[in-house]
Amino acid sequence: MTSDERGVRLPSNSSAPVIENESQLRALLGGLSGVDAVGAEARAAKLATRSLKKSTKLAALDLAISMVDLTTLEGADTPGRVTSLCTKAMHPDPNDPSVPSVAAVCVYPDLVAHARSVLGTSPVKVASVATAFPSGRASLNVKLMDVREAVSAGADEIDMVIDRGAFLSGHVGQVFDEVVAVKEACGRAHLKVILETGELATYDNARRASWIAMLGGADFIKTSTGKVGVNATLPTALVMLEAVRDFAETTGVVVGVKVAGGIRTTKDALRYLVVINETAGSRWLSPDYFRFGASSLLNDLLMQRLKQRRGVYVRPDEFSGD
Amino acid sequence: MSEDRLDVRKTYKLLINGAFPRSESGRSYEVTSAKGEFLANVAQASRKDVRDAVVAARGAQSKWWDQSAYNRGQVIYRLAEMAESRRDELAEHVRLAEGLSSKKAKASVSRAVDRIVWYAGWTDKIAQILGSSNPVAGPFFNFSVPVPSGVVGVLCEQESSLEAFVNAVLAPIAVGNTVVAVASEKKPTPAALLGEMTATADFPGGLLNIVTGFTGEVAPTLASHEDVDGIDLGGVDEEFANELAQLAAGSIKRVLRPGPNEDTSLRRLRAFVETSTVWHTIGQ
Amino acid sequence: MSEDLTNSSLGAMAYDPAPESAAIARLKPAYGLFINGEFSDPSSHESFVTLNPANEESLASVAQASAADVDRAVYAARRAYDNVWSKTTGAERSKYLFRIARLIQERSRELAVVETLDNGKPIRESRDVDIPMAAAHFFYYAGWADKLDHAGFGRDPKPLGVAGQIIPWNFPLLMAAWKLAPALAAGNTCVLKPAETTPLSALILAEILQQAELPEGVVNIITGDGSTGAALVDHPGVDKIAFTGSTEVGRLIQQRVASSHKHLTLELGGKGANIVFEDAPVDEMIEGIIDGIFFNQGHVCCAGSRLLVQESVADEVLRRLIRRVDQLRVGDPLDKNTDVGAINSAAQLARIKELTAYGDEEGATRYTSSCSLPDKGYWFAPTVFADVSQSHRIAREEIFGPVLSVLTFRTPEEAVAKANNTNYGLACGVWSEKGSRTLWVAERLRAGVIWANTYNRFDPTSPFGGVRESGFGREGGRHGLEAYLNV
Repeated sequence: MTSDERGVRLPSNSSAPVIENESQLRALLGGLSGVDAVGAEARAAKLATRSLKKSTKLAALDLAISMVDLTTLEGADTPGRVTSLCTKAMHPDPNDPSVPSVAAVCVYPDLVAHARSVLGTSPVKVASVATAFPSGRASLNVKLMDVREAVSAGADEIDMVIDRGAFLSGHVGQVFDEVVAVKEACGRAHLKVILETGELATYDNARRASWIAMLGGADFIKTSTGKVGVNATLPTALVMLEAVRDFAETTGVVVGVKVAGGIRTTKDALRYLVVINETAGSRWLSPDYFRFGASSLLNDLLMQRLKQRRGVYVRPDEFSGD
Repeated sequence: MSEDRLDVRKTYKLLINGAFPRSESGRSYEVTSAKGEFLANVAQASRKDVRDAVVAARGAQSKWWDQSAYNRGQVIYRLAEMAESRRDELAEHVRLAEGLSSKKAKASVSRAVDRIVWYAGWTDKIAQILGSSNPVAGPFFNFSVPVPSGVVGVLCEQESSLEAFVNAVLAPIAVGNTVVAVASEKKPTPAALLGEMTATADFPGGLLNIVTGFTGEVAPTLASHEDVDGIDLGGVDEEFANELAQLAAGSIKRVLRPGPNEDTSLRRLRAFVETSTVWHTIGQ
Repeated sequence: MSEDLTNSSLGAMAYDPAPESAAIARLKPAYGLFINGEFSDPSSHESFVTLNPANEESLASVAQASAADVDRAVYAARRAYDNVWSKTTGAERSKYLFRIARLIQERSRELAVVETLDNGKPIRESRDVDIPMAAAHFFYYAGWADKLDHAGFGRDPKPLGVAGQIIPWNFPLLMAAWKLAPALAAGNTCVLKPAETTPLSALILAEILQQAELPEGVVNIITGDGSTGAALVDHPGVDKIAFTGSTEVGRLIQQRVASSHKHLTLELGGKGANIVFEDAPVDEMIEGIIDGIFFNQGHVCCAGSRLLVQESVADEVLRRLIRRVDQLRVGDPLDKNTDVGAINSAAQLARIKELTAYGDEEGATRYTSSCSLPDKGYWFAPTVFADVSQSHRIAREEIFGPVLSVLTFRTPEEAVAKANNTNYGLACGVWSEKGSRTLWVAERLRAGVIWANTYNRFDPTSPFGGVRESGFGREGGRHGLEAYLNV
């Protein structure tokens, strides 16, 4: 295995297939099993009935906190806003230093440098969206420039969006090529590929898009931008975790999964951990291979954590509103 | 003691999208009991109110149909629970509106509640009566299912203030439609009261919309509205019904006019249902 | 292969115990016979104890109904029919059934705990499947009681009279609902005999019938062993017998009523074939195979106990299946995270072990789940036999436990032939993304129920029952009324 400064990625003897043209890619995608929507949703619903108690719950809460990509992606973002976000990311609960820091902050490219300077040498990473996030509707040149600027500003991770228009009109080769190009532009930064599963609409599409991204070199596949009507759902995460599991078995390459958008409560977050546990397994129960793209989730996790320890529910104002 | 106490009187409003607004026109009209005593100033709906009700009904229809038949039955049964628990109130309303004796009013309410229960039990059975698999001459699996027409307008009967109201509005609802109902012009209060009960019966907003007012004024809007899929002309006289049927023809609405053997036939359940037939090949 | 590289273990995150409280059951130390609207002692004063199969502890003492008690119950049902129930309108019967449905919903948590304690099935299943389905069954048939004219059996169809109903231990409350609801809706009165090892939820149901103020004698619930059932079957005052249980006992019953005019419906055993084509949706199919045989510990007449997998994908399917079987959580049925509970009785456990031993003898390849089993109670680890052929006993005999036999096929025609190569005919599953093939296979399968891309789905509107030696008659749907009408 070869590894870089930021963690293990591509094993030197990996057997990931080399994609040489679109028809080869199409044949591979065509060979993937379909997903029965009713069955996938039923499986996710059953997993959602798991009950996590006591020490499992405490450990799960800390794990979930450490998996958060604390996010602000608003037109109105300012350096001040990003400062608050980064401070909270490093010390989610100022009254309790035992609370782990989150995995990363996630911002727009023009605020990366500022985030980097606030975070300093903290282990919290800087993730930047790029490639004309969230729509992805721009030329490849513009999208690559977006990536390069974010990387040179100091981003550790890049969250790109795939071209859904290309995917839905059947140009899977183009989708693949863009992932490859962006991966190259990332240099040493890790690449998360946002599939925007809400726009892809079907689980079959989510599965195919997952494979395109993984074959193209994604380090993570991510459900959503959080900017459309339908974002991360439990069955979608299930399908994507099945995809990364199968990909790892077939190629030896471990790709992470990030769920984003609409995950607001601890209950939601713990359900995702259960799905990971029973689909892909322990390897993915780590911030190296699973992330929550969220903002308000963090405070709910902190509230639950405090409740477990203190025995009472606290006011929302116990925690910073950032 | 109780005779000295002043009672708090209720304002009767419209029911649109799960909320109880006054008419956007601000109008109301005087409703009296069968004996001529003042009962209430009931909201007098305008054409705009009817339009709003249709929008609400359309907005609610696909969600109502997306629910399982079982859940739809539970919702309608809950209305029966609410009506039963407030049967005295309903009986009093019917007594005043129709001029019946107390005993007859109570009997009317009993029949109405039992009718709600009857409809609650239809939601998950109508497909087994109206649907079928069809033995076509070829290697195809062919099946027909009843699907709701969509939004149904109901002009309620004028004299029977509760029973006929229940019968007319719950039939289309039971098979998956949403309804805009125009209550009896002179005897609207029992229907309005039942409308209030839908709010505690888990009726989604827009499932049943009730407008009160002058049938002559609002019926043409309903009959000509192109986003209304069907209309029940039970509550108007023959001449007016003919006029409205003409208007309805403009958008090829399904038109129901009162018919014989209503109680024993399933005419009302069949009236606002479309049959959708699917063919699927059978082969290795 | 690459699994080493990922170094990922499934289920590594341990869930701490999440037990439901047994105290919610509010069990009494002893129950009598429910006859004519009240609980009374059996004439013989004999009783027996019902155990919790998860730990062999006794739960309560229940009455052993003698022939005299059966007589008393049938008489009560007859009197109730003649004097009250046959004069009760459909609308009124409907409202009684709606009341019962609502009461089941209101007491659902209590009923779920009782069911799990008495049967051994996981609380998740009793909570999410058994109890809600039982309530739904009463809701559905409540709605038929006032509509019999429209049920397709002509105007004003008449009931049969007194129904004697004998139910099994695998879905105690649900089976009681499947029997009572249509019978009452159609206007019959009932004498119900619950299974010997699972009487409790039916006795709570009796309390519910009292709360619903169902007229006395309309439903009578008498507990006892096989002799009670035999006395009920033989009783001349019974117009209709409905039995769910093994084909072996069904045969005996059919013989016993052969020279009487009693109407009869039987819902018996099965050896369901779960057919997997190469284009099945893989992950959902694995879940479907698991659901098909390990749901309810395999104590399901319609279980998918034979996996017929297309030979081209057999190895891959088996690999994924074994991996999934190992993830099944076997243990305390009251733990909300348990997937597979206890075997219902020592007798059933012995039977499973005996039949499974044949699999080893016959040379099939056995995989047993790596789960640990509790020390006390009746437990059997989920087991998969591969390399099974049609001539093996484990491919032909109903084991009624968490044991799957895996066979292969090459073409759709061969799959159908193998699936039909049995005297049973209750249920089958078909897994494929090709609709036309699924339908082609479905219309050739000799089974009363066919599930496509799913398994073990039940609904009160959907007729359930078998062909050939899996029985006759249907429960559920409009068709389910036929068993209780004189048409």
